[in-house]
Amino acid sequence: MKILVCISHVPDTTSKINFVENDTAFDTNGVQYIINPNDEFGLTRAMWFKEKEGAEVDVINVGGPETESTLRKALAIGADKAIRVNTEAIEASQVAQEIVGVIKAGAYDLVIAGRESIDYNGGMVPGMIAAMIDASYVNNCVSLEISGDKATAVREIDGGKETLTASLPLVIGGQKGLVEESDLKIPNMRGIMMARKKPLDIVEPLGAEAKANMVSYEKPAPKGEVKLVDAANIDELINLLHNEANVL
Amino acid sequence: MSVLIYAETEGGKVKKAAFEVASYGKAVADQMGCEVAAVTFNASDADVLGNYGVSKVMNFSHEGNFDAKIYASVLQQAAEKSGATTLVVSSSADSRYLTPLVAVGLNAGYATNVVSAPSSLAPFTVKRSVFTNKAFTHAEISSENKIIGVSNNSFGSIENKVSCTVEDFTASVASSSVSVDSVDKATDKVTIADAEVVVSGGRGLKGPENWHMIEDLAEVLGAATACSKPVSDMGWRPHSEHVGQTGKPVASNLYIAIGVSGAIQHLAGINSSKVKVVINSDPEAPFFKAADYGIVGDAFEVVPQLIEKLKAFKAQA
Repeated sequence: MKILVCISHVPDTTSKINFVENDTAFDTNGVQYIINPNDEFGLTRAMWFKEKEGAEVDVINVGGPETESTLRKALAIGADKAIRVNTEAIEASQVAQEIVGVIKAGAYDLVIAGRESIDYNGGMVPGMIAAMIDASYVNNCVSLEISGDKATAVREIDGGKETLTASLPLVIGGQKGLVEESDLKIPNMRGIMMARKKPLDIVEPLGAEAKANMVSYEKPAPKGEVKLVDAANIDELINLLHNEANVL
Repeated sequence: MSVLIYAETEGGKVKKAAFEVASYGKAVADQMGCEVAAVTFNASDADVLGNYGVSKVMNFSHEGNFDAKIYASVLQQAAEKSGATTLVVSSSADSRYLTPLVAVGLNAGYATNVVSAPSSLAPFTVKRSVFTNKAFTHAEISSENKIIGVSNNSFGSIENKVSCTVEDFTASVASSSVSVDSVDKATDKVTIADAEVVVSGGRGLKGPENWHMIEDLAEVLGAATACSKPVSDMGWRPHSEHVGQTGKPVASNLYIAIGVSGAIQHLAGINSSKVKVVINSDPEAPFFKAADYGIVGDAFEVVPQLIEKLKAFKAQA
């Protein structure tokens, strides 16, 4: 089995979000970058397919040279090969098209992407890839088993879960549940050393056109001070929620 | 030309969240000077959408479970048939599942988490939340066909009664390579996505055996229950209740956090809720900086009182 894991290079979850250049660009100053958490759950699941079933696992990112440290981390966790499509990631359909270019050349049985990246939260790359290559597709995937050319997947739905059978090739939008938080691996020294020798292929882009563009950014308006209510005066809280906030 | 919306149904009835999608569609249609059409699946009360500005409903009869590929193919055909260049959808799990497929089919630019009506039609510009609600961006969609995913509870439902016709819609159905084996869904519980009130518990509750307080409070308020990441990681509560950056987003009218310290990742996920209340014994808990109302106190003393007082309040109302 051949697996491709799509890796977004995103600011750490604790990052302070600021903008520069008159609010037209994200301020990368002092920001630590990580593998997008939803992608890391999928990568770890892919490692289990590698360990138990001998799957071959490639990772891919669409982005500039600055994303290579994140791809190297994925290699240190255990991926066999990394691919970087050498172009700026502007929006989902452009990124999906660039990834599809690599998928078509690579004959993958399973493509794993996170259900969304924690930076731009588009949540559309896995679905768009599936539509472009006419593969089976399961989003919000919290469990995945594969036997032969059939997959059994569990999708988290609003208010519950749904168990699905899908034929390969399959694209999933993964999230926590594929593996648990405690299953995530911190690369060890051996992994880091080996990652340096693993291939990181740089692929020239197809030049897919972006359909959307982020022209400027803003931060939410600062919020007022919290109104503290004495623990002995619950009636006051109910009064405020009813008469002032109008939510009761 | 028209604006098309996808109005979701649950058990044959149009979901309340669809009224917000309809209201958003009506606002765009008014800017464009055209009408709003809707697609529904198996709706028995589709004409209710007329209260929110929808002039025409195309209702498709679908047997069997929800299937993203089939639904996407019907939506695409409805857009093509009605000549709609703008499609508006919700942010439900199902809408987010199927809409990327429609976007590819229609060669459309798609913006998710949109929080307000377009600020301009040329270029087509919408405001959407990014960095898990820590910021907003103004995004321009340049393709001819456009899809807007409205962020839950951001635009609101606006009554705007128009005459509404409902017709059966037929479409050729795509074959699907994914089939549903089983659905496990609590039908008697309000979901985090649809809830107007969410009650959430954190590590301060000390163990899963104390969750009856959260459930009792939620029951009085007709609320959904949620939890912080550590609580779900420790297995006290299911993953599906985890809210925050790597969990579910919450956009309720009222969010009550009990014994949740308020890590930046948690606050990001609940930032779109309108009114936030925190109950925590630690006055230094970061949640107090993000909340509108707060009580510094022991949850085991405050919450039982709150439940009793709310019961009395609800009985009066």
